[in-house]
Amino acid sequence: MTRYVAVLLQTLVAVALAPGLVGFIRWLKARLQGRRGAAPWQPYFELRKLFGKEAVVSHTASWIFTATPFVLFGTSVLVASVVPLIVAPAGRFLIGDLFATVYLLLLGTFFLALAGLDTGSPFGGMGASREMTVVALTEPTVALSIVALALNAGSTSFSEIVSRTLVQPSAALGPGHLLAFAALFIVTLAETGRLPVDNPSTHLELTMIHEAMILEYSGPYLGLIEWGAALKLLVFLALAANLFMPWGIALSLSPAAVAIGLLSFVAKLGALSVAIAVLETRVAKLRLFRVPELLSVSFVLALLAVMSTFLVR
Amino acid sequence: MTKTFDAFRRALTEGRVPVSDLVLPRPNEAHCRVTAADLKDLSDRACRDLGAELVFMGADDRRAEAGAFFVHYLFAQRTQNWFLHASARVDASRPEVPSLAAFHYPASRFEREIRDLFGIHVTGHPDPRPLVKHAFWPEDYFPLRKDAASPGFADDGRPFPFTEVGGEGVYEIPVGPVHAGVIEPGHFRFSVMGETIIDMKSRLYFTHKGTEKLFEGRDPADGVELAERVSGDTSVGHALAYCQAVEAAARVDPPPRAAYLRVMLLELERLYNHVADVGAIANDTGFGVAHAHCYRIREQLLRVNKELTGSRLLRGVLCPGGLARDLEVPRDHAARVAAAVADFDEIVEICLANTLVLDRLEGTGVLKPELARDHGVLGYVARASGIDLDARRDHPFAAYGQLTFAVPVYENGDVMDRLRVRADEVHEAADLIEQACGHLPSGPVRTNVGRIDAFAPAFGIVEGWRGRIIHWLMTRDDGRLHRVKIVDPSFFNWPALSLALVGNIVPDFPLCNKSFNQSYSGNDL
Repeated sequence: MTRYVAVLLQTLVAVALAPGLVGFIRWLKARLQGRRGAAPWQPYFELRKLFGKEAVVSHTASWIFTATPFVLFGTSVLVASVVPLIVAPAGRFLIGDLFATVYLLLLGTFFLALAGLDTGSPFGGMGASREMTVVALTEPTVALSIVALALNAGSTSFSEIVSRTLVQPSAALGPGHLLAFAALFIVTLAETGRLPVDNPSTHLELTMIHEAMILEYSGPYLGLIEWGAALKLLVFLALAANLFMPWGIALSLSPAAVAIGLLSFVAKLGALSVAIAVLETRVAKLRLFRVPELLSVSFVLALLAVMSTFLVR
Repeated sequence: MTKTFDAFRRALTEGRVPVSDLVLPRPNEAHCRVTAADLKDLSDRACRDLGAELVFMGADDRRAEAGAFFVHYLFAQRTQNWFLHASARVDASRPEVPSLAAFHYPASRFEREIRDLFGIHVTGHPDPRPLVKHAFWPEDYFPLRKDAASPGFADDGRPFPFTEVGGEGVYEIPVGPVHAGVIEPGHFRFSVMGETIIDMKSRLYFTHKGTEKLFEGRDPADGVELAERVSGDTSVGHALAYCQAVEAAARVDPPPRAAYLRVMLLELERLYNHVADVGAIANDTGFGVAHAHCYRIREQLLRVNKELTGSRLLRGVLCPGGLARDLEVPRDHAARVAAAVADFDEIVEICLANTLVLDRLEGTGVLKPELARDHGVLGYVARASGIDLDARRDHPFAAYGQLTFAVPVYENGDVMDRLRVRADEVHEAADLIEQACGHLPSGPVRTNVGRIDAFAPAFGIVEGWRGRIIHWLMTRDDGRLHRVKIVDPSFFNWPALSLALVGNIVPDFPLCNKSFNQSYSGNDL
């Protein structure tokens, strides 16, 4: 029972932290660009504003349009409850493994692409087509890079992978581990609409990918989507942090372990956010047709990770 | 002046060219009347034989005074710096002129504009679609006629006839006229195959403000405020062109001190706009850090402007005859400008050292030199496509004749070269400001503008930061303005954007568009 409560609580923490994570990256980017920037907690105010507004829905939109924000937010929350964040209790909670994560995330994206097409606005269709191109190239990489770890652990369960790495830290420093981390990091950028694949801060409809699909949304629906997208970013960063650098994660539910787990979780997210902010300051957006090249690189990295795992064994 | 122009002028004087009422107001300028029938002949003579270009066309409504419209043509010879101004009388009962569009692309656009605004029919025009006129304008409404009364506008639901592109997998993306961000209205219709642009047509003129009509009836001295607001980022460029046109009409020259200060003002305007543009181009590649810093530098320059003139956008200083008041140039003025430019150099260096940025800029939005030449593009767009033109050098005005500067020209015609031209011009501008500071003469800054001959056309040409600006004007018997015609370089450059886009991908459009950065307001008067 306590295990369920713990998982529930850590999911709530993730849901609560997600907007702050996005705000922190934005603030850090602004500072790195020499601007003052809005405070890191600005996204919370934005969400409050959006939830206080009325939603304008196009006459041509079907149920998909109104259902998508809930699907997107729902799948993000579900995935957040599945992946190891602060505690990684033994056994699985509901469906906690790698394949569930990948396909749940894909379900949200799939609905988002449908919603982009649903209103019939040219930008939505454009964004949906681009998003599908990107997703088709990233999903195999996500699965493959986690498989590289699963091979080591002998299980696709996240808690198994985490505990295995903790028990056998020498394996974590192997080339397979590092290659898989690099692959997952590139994919994280693509999946969450960050530079150099997509520009989260642009107002130019014609260049957008993720933003183009949600252009038609307003009010609470937009709030849910923004929140869900922020949670997705957090989940990806948590995966990268905890699967590859699980140290600090709470294996028991003792208060001390949980406190250390929370601190190390925030610290790891902070470190990855800094990495993203620095990267986004240093790079420009890739020409759209160059994106597949980058994603192929990440796929090859993941493939090499799997192969080297076999070789090292 | 050159021998060719002397010979041409002699030919005009002796009647060997079919013109009448020859006036020679300045050594390098000839004004004449031409009949509609002889128009093509004259145009051939000036353009084909002597290498001049049609740089301006405008009409005026003199039905009350002379029972006719007049259509005016200004030909300019760039390398020899001379002008031929020809006016054709168009009978009010049958308003019709022959088209020059088949020989010269910009003429086609001028003619469509004149037809839409004056109702003067252009015979033999190859592309008779409306330009300024939107569907809901009544058939017989011509806003620049003297007797035009505001009609009741009603949308008749007729779509604008865009060229349709067919074929499997080809679709259209309509963008605008309302855009994200603070931009003026413009509709862009993309015909796309996958992500590749096959064709793009822009539909502009959503906000006809009647700017030119607002000049009419004003005292020439009172037109400056209006000219400063033709296009918000080109206050000095337009105001200066207007002042020069008034001075040309009155046949006076501004005092030397005013001429030097005018150079300084125009270059300050060029500086802050180019700096902001480079930042905005970088931002459209997603390189936000360059944008943030360019905006910081722009702000510094705007403060320099404010300190010098009291206006961040350099308004309220120019007036016909010189300057409205003397400017006290701070001792560290040139140094502060130079410091901002050094700062800017560093940003450009960082941008151009970034391979991802370079990859976005190089080979994107190529405007081929021959297309650029055929469509008569101007300013940095022309100079990035290998066309060596700059009105500051070709038709010196203010104190540019006494100062030295280079005109950067690049050959590739891509976004990269348009950025390079701007970056180089920033240097030249800073250098010009330093020269102007160093050689600034003392003395008065204003000459009295005396009486202006009624119905004598006059014009002013200025190389604004976007390119060549022309203001053309004519006064009435009572000395007030009869007609002012403004030509912003954007009028020439807008069609070129479509040409540069062909074969590019949709997500690169904003980048191409930003590298052209044309004025909606200056185009849609």
